[in-house]
Amino acid sequence: MEHIITPKVEHVKLLNKYPEKKSALGTLYLTATHLIYVEQTNNSRAETWVLHHHIMSVEKLPLTAPGCPLLIRCKTFQLLHLLFQKERDCQDVYQSLLHLSQPVKEDELYAFLYTPHQNQEDRRQGWEFISVANDFSRMGLSNEYWEISPLNKNYEICSTYPSILGLPKNASVAVVTGSAKFRSRGRLPVLSYYHKDTKAAICRCSQPLSGLTSRCVEDEQMLQAISQANPNCPFIYVVDTRPKLNAMANRAAGKGYENEDNYSNIRFQFQGIENIHVMRNSLQKLLEVCSMKSPSMSDYLTGLENSGWMRHIKSVMDAGVFLAKAVSEERASVLVHCSDGWDRTAQVCSLACILLDPYYRTIKGLMVLIEKEWISFGHKFSHRCGHLDSDPKEVSPVFTQFLECVWQLSEQFPCVFEFNERYLIEIHNQVYACQYGNFIGNCQKERLDMRLHEKTFSLWPHLLKNQHLYRNPLYRRSLESTVLRPSTLPLHFKFWCGMYNHYDGGMHPKQSVLDQLLSLTQKQVEGERTMTELQRLAVADGVLPDPSGLISTPTKQDSPCEKTPTAPVVQSNGSCAPLINGDAEEAVPGAEKCNEEEGAES
Amino acid sequence: MEFAELIKTPRVDGVVLHRPFMPTVEGTLCLTGHHLILSSRQDNTEELWLLHANIDSIEKRFIGSLGTIIVKCKDLRVIQLDIPGMEECLNIASSIEALSTLDSVSLMYPFFYRPLFEVIEDGWQLFVPEEAFKDLESMTDEWRLSEVNKDFSVCPSYPSLLTVPKDIDDESLCKAASFRHGGRFPVLSYYHKKNGMVMMRAAQPLTGTNGRRCKEDEKLINATLCAGKRGYIIDTRTVAVAQQAKARGGGFEQEANYPQWRRIHKAVERSNVLQESLIKLVEACNDQSHSMDRWLSKLEASNWQSNVKEILTTACLAAQCIDREGASVLVHGTEGTDSTLQVTSLAQIILDPACRTIRGFEVLIEREWLQAGHPFQQRCAQSAYSNGKPRSEAPVFLLFLDCVWQILRQFPCSFQFNENFLIMLFEHAYASQFGTFLGNSVAERLKLLLSQKTVSLWSWVNRPQELERFLNPLYEPNNLVIWPSVAPQSLLLWEGVFLRWNRSSKCLDEANQEMVHIIEYNKELQNKVNSLRRQLAQLETEDGPLQTP
Repeated sequence: MEHIITPKVEHVKLLNKYPEKKSALGTLYLTATHLIYVEQTNNSRAETWVLHHHIMSVEKLPLTAPGCPLLIRCKTFQLLHLLFQKERDCQDVYQSLLHLSQPVKEDELYAFLYTPHQNQEDRRQGWEFISVANDFSRMGLSNEYWEISPLNKNYEICSTYPSILGLPKNASVAVVTGSAKFRSRGRLPVLSYYHKDTKAAICRCSQPLSGLTSRCVEDEQMLQAISQANPNCPFIYVVDTRPKLNAMANRAAGKGYENEDNYSNIRFQFQGIENIHVMRNSLQKLLEVCSMKSPSMSDYLTGLENSGWMRHIKSVMDAGVFLAKAVSEERASVLVHCSDGWDRTAQVCSLACILLDPYYRTIKGLMVLIEKEWISFGHKFSHRCGHLDSDPKEVSPVFTQFLECVWQLSEQFPCVFEFNERYLIEIHNQVYACQYGNFIGNCQKERLDMRLHEKTFSLWPHLLKNQHLYRNPLYRRSLESTVLRPSTLPLHFKFWCGMYNHYDGGMHPKQSVLDQLLSLTQKQVEGERTMTELQRLAVADGVLPDPSGLISTPTKQDSPCEKTPTAPVVQSNGSCAPLINGDAEEAVPGAEKCNEEEGAES
Repeated sequence: MEFAELIKTPRVDGVVLHRPFMPTVEGTLCLTGHHLILSSRQDNTEELWLLHANIDSIEKRFIGSLGTIIVKCKDLRVIQLDIPGMEECLNIASSIEALSTLDSVSLMYPFFYRPLFEVIEDGWQLFVPEEAFKDLESMTDEWRLSEVNKDFSVCPSYPSLLTVPKDIDDESLCKAASFRHGGRFPVLSYYHKKNGMVMMRAAQPLTGTNGRRCKEDEKLINATLCAGKRGYIIDTRTVAVAQQAKARGGGFEQEANYPQWRRIHKAVERSNVLQESLIKLVEACNDQSHSMDRWLSKLEASNWQSNVKEILTTACLAAQCIDREGASVLVHGTEGTDSTLQVTSLAQIILDPACRTIRGFEVLIEREWLQAGHPFQQRCAQSAYSNGKPRSEAPVFLLFLDCVWQILRQFPCSFQFNENFLIMLFEHAYASQFGTFLGNSVAERLKLLLSQKTVSLWSWVNRPQELERFLNPLYEPNNLVIWPSVAPQSLLLWEGVFLRWNRSSKCLDEANQEMVHIIEYNKELQNKVNSLRRQLAQLETEDGPLQTP
């Protein structure tokens, strides 16, 4: 690759976050896709691989006596602090990484180089594995109230929407197109989720172009049609997820929010989720807290508070809970929007889906949900993740916040998710990795134009293949029919150490309950297999002339089939992560060494 | 019976009980000498039995003639009783107030409680110093068991038998005792089998402003050092606090007089500060109107998590000195009955796998807390809802349990007991039918004849039926030293205690059950596989000779 000036630099130090720990000495390699740091000590070899796409920023720090420091911050929240002996090497690596981490053209992305061992047919099947259309049928659509419409098949009504749209049956084409014209970027109200039990629907759109006085009959009719599609409730909620102030400011620019007087039977509601810029800055502050060296408890808690991050997570969760409650308890349909309807709206709708429908709490269900609410509805992954060298003001951790909300739920409800924390973290890593085509581009039309289905592979089959790693051993299907009612009291939110301090291994529990249980469920599958085998043998042996007949009786009682507690179908035979036992030699981060200052003498 | 005088109205009908996350119950409220009882007199509804001793404070409110009493308990629970009739309500309230603040220890419930179970193993015999010393003797002959304190005259807060260096005679011990606060001269707390290093504990030396010294004290602690080795003195106070103590006759070991020792100061808070911290934390946890920012700022301002971090850090330091540096350690603060014990007991949990078993942990509490003279009765007289000015109340023991929970969370497979065990200990330290946590020292307990007149908590806990609830299904004995992380991100708020009444435990209980289920099922399966294998193997050997006639 033309960007790699020096493919290999020796004697590079990898500085440790904790000053008392010795830093590693090793060799740095730059490949077309990865930065690889190899630490070679006497008889061990440790490798750190960092995907170029995962690099968020590269910063040359001021020259120090021991060498030239280079700070690499990753979108996966990994932090690498390298120290070069020669200024020249540092500069070369810096230059190379600047280019490699921010490609200019789409076809430079990893996904276009990456070829797993799959043929064209596998690739096609991989892309078809998750289908939004199937999810509509799963919800029971079309039915007498809703239809799945091909109106947008050429992306003419709305270029950032998917080609198939769920629309109320009694909305005419004129109403649909008229409404689209009255909505920012044509993102008209369409179905996001249909709740079979209550017949209530969650619909999504962008803000209306109402300005200070404008109105649109078709848009009003559209909302009326949505309302009429739910026989169980005479009104619909219109939820503007923005803070009221932001929405009012938009009115001056010819956009804004619905005037309750113009729409019949709507109940309008603001939710107060901040915009992408506030979220970006908040994450920035949060990461500063996470990377503090030996902070005091006070520094940490104050930093956490000042970052505002937990407050934002709570605001998203609150809005999601509002939606789920409206649908499940009031049997009311809800129309959700923010400004463009592709950030906050996606967060809130998808979260509500998880609260309402146990299907989305499964490994495959979450894929469907992400494919539906995020990918197909035009969450601008390319912009928000900064895949390419583009406007940094477009970058925002909107999707990360959604994953965190799911994690917060899994902490409150440890038995209702089929997947574990690692699944969420893996999805997060993959979103930024661009190794698969799913998260490249900003909307379906763009992806179609890029011919991603022909040139890249889909992530989902890959995740499914490794699903044994992502299973939650505590998952109980029997609980699945319930609507989740999480507490959104501030004290029930936790800091997600597993995500934001993922690479600070010393901070995590030294023994993992998850690993322990995963290996047990693996053992269970093997045990059951052995049992069946042994029983077969026993029966066979029992068939032999055996005067006592003692053997056949106990084996029959021993049948394991009577009670299988969790029925975890571990599909892969690959071994699970090994049981981690007490890591005795893990140092104590933050605990000062004994060579402290002597007390002052009197 | 004196209780009758305090009970103005023994029973009221039509009382409604409100409890967090439970349906309301209407029934009859009864007051007895030691309990507040609410019974609906219907089958299948749970009765409330609340020890008066568990009541931290009450509040009264009236709407018309309907009175409401908010009962705030030492286990941090808050319940509400709606009592029809103003007079009844006032009577009940003043009775509860009187009964929950009885001054005399001998009126406490443990003296009246008769167990409904057969005591198989007397918990009062759980820890026998002579036996513990035998274990020590099998490892080293450097120590002896001294009876210098047999009548508690040398140190009223120490037990009668103390482990001291072999070469130091009782006379020297007396002199050293007179040089230490409250007579608490340095004694053995822990012997690290791996490298023979020891941890001792004491109270502050009484150096005063003119730098008094005591040859016997110096000799005593030097006797624990190997030739040419240095030791560490961990003073749990900051330099400034230790300096200030001099003005009141206390102080710290001067380098000049203890050249073989290196002194390290830490900043574990004094007990009165801790009480304040607990009150603020519980207040923050109970106020549900907070925004996220306000909650985080109140959590921070309570300083509770800072205290947890500081205590754990100090314990890690002591453990590091012993295990990593191969040095002996002397730990003390001011009185040697609070922060000192937090540090020495936590260091042992880090270093010694035996302390992570149920039995071992019970022994640790006997040895390092009860026998070591932590004033439980004073410290646990009131909890987070006390209105009065705190006297000597402080959540020293609760903080210790919190720290243990933090280590347990980080090493979920290394402890034989689970979180419920720690919560149970917290509850019983504050209010109990058992006599274990009554009194402030061994001497006081002997005087109260606790072992004759009351039942030990351990007699109850160690029954197999009870023990089952406290077992950690993930436990796998782990002989290693376990180093917890003390990074703020690694230390969580102990939900099991502080958010216990603010959340429904249903989902977490289910998760726990599921976990137990998976583990049990697996064990069962493996057993069956093994037994079947054995049977088949047996069959083969039996078949063998038959086939070769």
